[in-house]
Amino acid sequence: MAAAPAISIDAVSKRFRLYHERASSLKERVLRLRRTRAEEFWALRDVAFDVGEGETVGLIGANGSGKTTLLKIIGGILRPTAGRVTTRGRIAALLELGAGFHPELTGRENVYLNASILGLSKRETDRRFDDIVGFAELEPFIDNQVKHYSSGMFVRLGFAVAVHVDPEILLVDEVLAVGDEAFQRKCIARVRRFQEEGRTIVLVTHAVERVREICDRAVMLDGGRIRASGDVRDVLREFRVVLLQERAPFVRGEATQDIEVLGVALLDSEGRPVKRVRPAKPLSIQVDLKANRPVDDPVVSAALYDARDRLAYKVGTDWLEHALGRVEGTLRVTFELATMPFVSGRYHLTVGVHSRGLDKVYDWHDQRYAFDVDDSAGIEGQVWVPAKLRVEEL
Amino acid sequence: MNTETELLVRTSEPPRLRVGRRLRELFHHREVLVNLIRKETKVKYKSSVLGVAWSMLNPVLYLAVFYVVFTFFLRSGISNFVVYLLAGIVPWTLFATGLQGATGSVVANGPLVTKVAFPREILPLSAIGAAVVNFGYQSLVLVAALLVFTYPFLGPALVLVPLALVVLLLFLTAVGLSTSAFNVRYRDTHHLVDLALLAWFWVTPIVYQGPKVVAENLGARALQLYLLNPLANVVLAFQRALYGGSSAEALSELPDPGIAWYAGRLGALGAVSILLLYVTWRAFYRMSGDFAEEL
Repeated sequence: MAAAPAISIDAVSKRFRLYHERASSLKERVLRLRRTRAEEFWALRDVAFDVGEGETVGLIGANGSGKTTLLKIIGGILRPTAGRVTTRGRIAALLELGAGFHPELTGRENVYLNASILGLSKRETDRRFDDIVGFAELEPFIDNQVKHYSSGMFVRLGFAVAVHVDPEILLVDEVLAVGDEAFQRKCIARVRRFQEEGRTIVLVTHAVERVREICDRAVMLDGGRIRASGDVRDVLREFRVVLLQERAPFVRGEATQDIEVLGVALLDSEGRPVKRVRPAKPLSIQVDLKANRPVDDPVVSAALYDARDRLAYKVGTDWLEHALGRVEGTLRVTFELATMPFVSGRYHLTVGVHSRGLDKVYDWHDQRYAFDVDDSAGIEGQVWVPAKLRVEEL
Repeated sequence: MNTETELLVRTSEPPRLRVGRRLRELFHHREVLVNLIRKETKVKYKSSVLGVAWSMLNPVLYLAVFYVVFTFFLRSGISNFVVYLLAGIVPWTLFATGLQGATGSVVANGPLVTKVAFPREILPLSAIGAAVVNFGYQSLVLVAALLVFTYPFLGPALVLVPLALVVLLLFLTAVGLSTSAFNVRYRDTHHLVDLALLAWFWVTPIVYQGPKVVAENLGARALQLYLLNPLANVVLAFQRALYGGSSAEALSELPDPGIAWYAGRLGALGAVSILLLYVTWRAFYRMSGDFAEEL
């Protein structure tokens, strides 16, 4: 039997009206008889995709791209202006942790209140209560008023309740980015359990690493439309390109283009372009630059990121204690890396040209280039260390 | 866990109210309602020394003020004024606090409305529920007064109490649903409601013998008009049941000695309230889909 999708989004559009001077009280309404002008703003335009049962889909996009609006429409909080959303199964939308928590009530009272709002019955909450409190690590404080909680405790309790609701479809907005490292790991583990139990999850997040770690599929929104959809890696790459060209939030300051990166090549020891490198072999990063105006003492940097978006290696002309001096016209800078001490996996390369101290950025290609390190031995870990084996009798 | 699959379709059409289905949905969310009522009442009395006693002090204070004013200054001449006043002011307070709470309920719970999907009716209903709890405490004061004065209130007229209460709640819910939705769009609605309640209090026979005064000074037609006030009918029924009791002297202060007269008027008011409730509920339901956007 072909299972019907858990969530089916069909040509959904959402228009918001932004009123500049809308009468928000009867008094104003009476005093200002002419109607106020409203500016229309389409938060979503013809968005359509399905989420299969048991699938985990990451929704990404810059601020204002419509992710949260879409999540609210799926969750039934907002009504679409056009189109249709069909969902199969009990939905829990975690748009805010501790929604409805009241500071004057105790932790215990708030757990029951919050759980019922998220759709748990009293009996179900009774059964899960100890788990919830244990998960939040708040046993000694559960009968204190929530107003005495620290913000971390508040958020932990909110999350603990949220993950103990029992939905078939879970909508999560940015809430995974709470708490300390240990608590985050616990949250991720919990989401994984949801996945193993075959629940459908839609995740909105800024944390690209999270999407790569958790999601089966990603959908990228840009200005209310779907910009990319499908394989997580492809979508994330598109996300980077769009972000950089249009908004460039990864870069400290705007790229001035005083110096432009014309091209970047990855070369092996013979100077041939490569896509695959074996561990311990050399790799050269060749950066061609053009100065659109003379620049004094620029720095060229290159950084490698692993598949989980962690910085693996970074090098720069300043680190190699090489001053480029005054740059005019074109220039080729090559970093000759003597060895690739990494295990198998895909690595992304970022190249930037900037002033010393990064207060000015001339050009920045964020993870625009990729290559694979291919280690047929399948060594696990993070670094590739050349090793020899010696066995002797004692 | 729920085994049957909940299929939900959302389109751009504003939803149409199907009473039976919506009632089932509300029943499904009854625990939210109970928890929100509990929250309202708990929050109201937390961090106060007297706690629940405030609920009971309130009518006692009103009583003291009105007693002094109407016994020594204005000389209303109502026998057993304490019982008369309590019988009227307790249901009135239920209506007034319920309506004030309901009106502000959706806006006050804005963070919840914009983040969680649940039937929005729950919010005004929980405010009304909290008013009912408060009414329960205040009724204790009323009962205590009846017992202390050994007032002869036992009698067949007591059947009017549950009837009047049900009709009052129907009417209150009908009005509260509309004002709470209206307050989302026009935030000063609740000021207007406060003003309206102030005027409403004085056209309702709580501190004076309304029908008698109106009939004597303005004539029979004015009395008909006066009795169109739904709250007048509810309050009069409470007064007939508790104050009227079996005292002939007390009955002379009321418009009609017969129980049927009150029951008939309550029945008519109940029917009108149900109709009104259907209309305002439908409007509320239509508008509730956009509450999250307006807040």
